[in-house]
Amino acid sequence: MYIIIVGAGKVGYHLGRLLIAEGHEVMVIEEDRSKVELLSLEFHDAVMQGNGSMVEVLKEAGANRADVVVATTGNDEDNLVICQVTKMMFLRPRTIARVNNPRNEELFTGLGVDASVNATKIINAVIQEQVKAGDMMIPLLTLKEGNIEIVEVELTRSSHIVKKKIKDLSLPEGSIFIAVIRGEEVIIPYGETEFQPEDKVLALVKRESEQALRKIL
Amino acid sequence: MKVMIIGCGRVGSVLATRLDEAGHQVVVLDRNQQAFRRLSEKFSGRRIVGNGLVEEYMRPTLQEEADILFAMTDKDNVNLMIAQRVKRNFHLERVVAVVHDSILAGLYKELGVETVCPTDLVIKDLLQTIQES
Repeated sequence: MYIIIVGAGKVGYHLGRLLIAEGHEVMVIEEDRSKVELLSLEFHDAVMQGNGSMVEVLKEAGANRADVVVATTGNDEDNLVICQVTKMMFLRPRTIARVNNPRNEELFTGLGVDASVNATKIINAVIQEQVKAGDMMIPLLTLKEGNIEIVEVELTRSSHIVKKKIKDLSLPEGSIFIAVIRGEEVIIPYGETEFQPEDKVLALVKRESEQALRKIL
Repeated sequence: MKVMIIGCGRVGSVLATRLDEAGHQVVVLDRNQQAFRRLSEKFSGRRIVGNGLVEEYMRPTLQEEADILFAMTDKDNVNLMIAQRVKRNFHLERVVAVVHDSILAGLYKELGVETVCPTDLVIKDLLQTIQES
């Protein structure tokens, strides 16, 4: 594929590198001359200087035969105009815009941008997923120079061990549940103890077993 | 008429002053408080310090049924984004974007955005001057 990237900031640069490594033909358009100079050491002919929202510059970059134009600058107004100008003038390429302010996402799609990528939203989604995966394990106390830890995990509805009894779990070696805090009540757990959402579970765990414990939570 | 002007630059400030003198209700928005010094001392309209790309700053004015908005910051792309957003989200009779790049101005006109291109106007004026001489 032939892909034009407008903006050689961190996003544009790394995207360009990845696409070139995958064997695509790439052209990066950047306005800042010093950035262009620096980038040409690595990208050679695959970088050019210019304002990517200007028709002449896009034309020179070969937008009429491009498959995709990606606008990755840090300014939403520039990304919007780059995509709209591409749509109006060159018909062929799909347009993708980076959205810096999440509030602009809806506007972009409403104004004809084919796809928009919103870093804030993606990071948020990743965090949500991690939280579900029991990654919110809070270390309370470390013993033996950090080789043993007491950790606290607050269970959510989606935690794997909710509605399960301890005796039915295969707890990783080197870890043990020491207390379950349910509201005001502190439960010393045993085989029949069943976990509920919002339980705070305290566990004693060896450092090497921490990952395994995370997984079953 | 109720007019909102985004960008109190050399042109925006004079437009605001003139419209105010002519008895229109004028609201001017600019990111920079200092920009309002360009307005005449007698200016009786509202001044709002804020970013034209953030809708919150404009919403109170535009919801009170403004008739016309001019997006005239010094950046074409900013003006085009403001104009398109306002057209989409509010019911104004007219939304005008000032676009210095002549090609861009033409393209967006085709897209239904009312644009004014200072470059074209100056060229037209200069050509006329030459023809007259």
